[in-house]
Amino acid sequence: MTRLDLVIVGAGPAGLRASVEAAAVGLSVMLVDEGREPGGQVYRGSESGAFAGTAKLGSDYAAGAVLAAAFRASGVEALFGATVIQIEREADGSFCVSVATGHDKAVVVRARAVIAATGAQERPFPIDGWTLPGVMTAGAAQTMLKADGVVPDGPVVLAGTGPLLYLLAAQYGALGVAIDTLLDTAAPGNWRRALPHVPGFLTSRYAFKGLGLLGKALAATRIIRGVEAVSAIGDTRLSAVTYRKGATERTIPAHVLLLHHGVVPQINLTWSTGAQHRWNAARLAFEPVRDASGKTDVPGLFIAGDSGGIGGAQAAEAEGALAAFGVLRMLRGTAGDDDPIEGRWRHRLAVSLRGRAFLDALYAPRQSHLSPPDDVIVCRCEEVTAGDIRKAVRRGAMGPNQVKAFTRAGMGPCQSRMCGLTTVAIIAEETGLSPGDIGHMRLRAPVKPVTVAQIASLSEADERRTTESPSATRPRK
Amino acid sequence: MFRRLVEPAGHVTVTIDGRPFSVAAGETLSTALLLAGFAGLRRSARLGRERGPFCGMGVCFDCLVTIDGAANRQACLVRVRDGMAVQTGTRLPALADTVPE
Amino acid sequence: MSLAPERSGNDCDVAVIGGGVVGLSLAYGLAKTGLAVTILDEGDIAHRASRGNFGLVWVQGKGLDNPDYARWSLASARAWPFFAAEIEAATDTALSYEQRGGLMASLTEDDLDTRCNDLRRLHNRGQDCADFERLDAGGMKRLLPAIGPDVVGGTFCPHDGHVNALRLFNALHAAAASLGAIYRPNATVEAIDRLPDGFSITGATGEIRAGKVVLAAGLGNARLGPMVGIHAPVRPQRGQILVTEKLAHFLDYPLGTIRQTDEGGVMIGDSKEEVGFDNGTRHDVLAGIAANAIRIFPLLAQAQVVRSWGALRVMTPDGYPIYERSVTHPGAYLVTCHSGVTLAAVHASHVAGMIGSGDWLPDLTPFAAGRFADVPSPG
Repeated sequence: MTRLDLVIVGAGPAGLRASVEAAAVGLSVMLVDEGREPGGQVYRGSESGAFAGTAKLGSDYAAGAVLAAAFRASGVEALFGATVIQIEREADGSFCVSVATGHDKAVVVRARAVIAATGAQERPFPIDGWTLPGVMTAGAAQTMLKADGVVPDGPVVLAGTGPLLYLLAAQYGALGVAIDTLLDTAAPGNWRRALPHVPGFLTSRYAFKGLGLLGKALAATRIIRGVEAVSAIGDTRLSAVTYRKGATERTIPAHVLLLHHGVVPQINLTWSTGAQHRWNAARLAFEPVRDASGKTDVPGLFIAGDSGGIGGAQAAEAEGALAAFGVLRMLRGTAGDDDPIEGRWRHRLAVSLRGRAFLDALYAPRQSHLSPPDDVIVCRCEEVTAGDIRKAVRRGAMGPNQVKAFTRAGMGPCQSRMCGLTTVAIIAEETGLSPGDIGHMRLRAPVKPVTVAQIASLSEADERRTTESPSATRPRK
Repeated sequence: MFRRLVEPAGHVTVTIDGRPFSVAAGETLSTALLLAGFAGLRRSARLGRERGPFCGMGVCFDCLVTIDGAANRQACLVRVRDGMAVQTGTRLPALADTVPE
Repeated sequence: MSLAPERSGNDCDVAVIGGGVVGLSLAYGLAKTGLAVTILDEGDIAHRASRGNFGLVWVQGKGLDNPDYARWSLASARAWPFFAAEIEAATDTALSYEQRGGLMASLTEDDLDTRCNDLRRLHNRGQDCADFERLDAGGMKRLLPAIGPDVVGGTFCPHDGHVNALRLFNALHAAAASLGAIYRPNATVEAIDRLPDGFSITGATGEIRAGKVVLAAGLGNARLGPMVGIHAPVRPQRGQILVTEKLAHFLDYPLGTIRQTDEGGVMIGDSKEEVGFDNGTRHDVLAGIAANAIRIFPLLAQAQVVRSWGALRVMTPDGYPIYERSVTHPGAYLVTCHSGVTLAAVHASHVAGMIGSGDWLPDLTPFAAGRFADVPSPG
């Protein structure tokens, strides 16, 4: 049975750069991703999307095509359209990675090290009516734009907080797509809390980019700041949005409502692998604990990019490179980081991360939006409301695992991705404990739903390592 | 609800709930469904409420449809193929013994 | 802070240590007799077989070599309809309890013969032992239209049933609370000391004093038992379970290893592994469980698995329960078993009644802890 040096999970900037650097130093590498081509979410469609090869979505997005090309040139074997089921650490210290590859097929890949680069997802913004068709996330709308060149038609409202909301508004503005209203729900004190971080922000690339963004978005859109509550109205699909600001409550017609509440790491894979995670109070998210090279407390498991903590695409790419060097050091037993290339990536990472603290503070969500009113559905899969969760806590469920057993929150196909953080926020509010003390509900394999047939095929798959896969494709012409 | 900004290079035909639709070749299935006017794609398992695409990146599991006989597949992670048959409106899938590859 | 009525200087009449299905069933039954009960539980992170179990109310094949256990399981299965109705009425919760009988599917004639011989031997040991019926492939197909061609036959036992185990867990909490029982989470117990008229129990949330103490702490009983002079060498035995997405109803009866819940999800499971306290999952074990499920119900191949877990059964050396009252510490009791759901009905009625009254009836003597006197403590 062949054993690889390294399996990389995720083909966004971190995973692609890690692949390129690891291949360059001679490691045997396999990359696994759910998507159909390199890019992940941030560079989605870089190879074959509606704006591939153009600068219409900005120079940051155009960088994705360069990275995707470097990846294709690296010769790293990739499984696209493939879902990691489980990563187990064996007694000999190596990893056994179970991957669903086809309709009823799966492979087992063995490797000495793993880099998890599973990226970010949007923080849930649970509001009344957010399960109605027509209500989507800003990220979803941006993905439709990048991958398919498709934009909302008819009255569209953006609501929430976070840079992506304004980036999307600016991208729509540049393409001549009208947005009716942008409801900014950031807490009013955010500016004051962000002030200490201004010096760092001013030396960052966001300062220039951010101001330009805001200018573009402001010019084209009606922006209402200080919005305290948003709800989606409709019977079988969205027809209107109601918002409240102070004593004023207004209802505006809408066919599309795009919600955004910032982005948080996707931790299902890293948590299920047993790595230690801790609560980041500034970013209001759980993050895996890792060192400067992305190394975790699970020997051989490295984490790069936004899945380790939100830093954006450029930081992710640098972390991908650093993780590849970390893996090399571990496997070859070399010490120190005297490699000049590694030093350059370290510098790039530091520059990329400037200004993040300012953005985190400026766009922090309101407490009342993290822990919504009783009627609001928190767990979309099992249709569990905030009130159900509060009732469970009052009955003595002091943590998310017991709440899950009492309410079924987190038991559906999304595996708590849509309700985990909200559940913790509600428990924190009810008990007065900090989210760090409460913890996240336990995340287990399968990391994504896979068929019974795929799991069954793992026993045969284990006997041989499949090196050729129908999904390992070259870019489409 | 949505419109196309960029004209596609080519088209393929997919069947949605038994009706043929011409869609952009290589397009994300959830996008194609929204453009074809399907806002709700399924009903929620417990309360039977309409659900449509939400996260667009494979984490929310709300855009589940039946694709060529395979139930509850994420439309946002799949690209359209010529001849693809899509069924919407499922609440609890009834499984068949065999599913065409 | 004392949350319970003061009686003879104690905070409560009975302290039940353990807030799983076993402890809650006992607490509910004790509270029903009018006693003031406090439940001391661990926190959010605990082994908790009650959060990981399969939800069967099952007698088929139980106690093949132990007629006392076979009778005890059957008694509980017979009491279950009344128990379920009572809990549902007290809490306004639908437990989705069904007792239409349950099946075991055989993939080989040898397996079927062995199973039938075992069940017949047990059945012939006297009345009060479970009935069963041997089914050929056609008989299985009539009860389970989705059954696959690899199944050669099976056995049917009319006493078997299943319940929504998480709703039971939730409802038992509510039922005990409705009778005034106090629930204290995060209250891991560190010491139990004798007092003139009861016990002092100290732990993570301070001290409470109770007239009687019941150890129902699952795997924790191995550690707690000696504090009241009871040797209970229980060990963990892992079972891995897969759960599918919610599917349209296709399964009218539970099988020993596959059942469809009232909500539509299919639970598939039942590995038996000696791996200590590791409650993780292994791809090779899950693969075997999945492959077997597909042979029994081929349509399951395309169902999506949304969750899997390893849960730790609470196993005694011979696999049968321990019901014990302390000789050295009168007023202290220990209850432990791996079938807390099946036995919930007798725990809430018989066992709670015996603990409350102090009258230890002969039903429980076969399950005394003394049978393990020569077994060393695990770990």
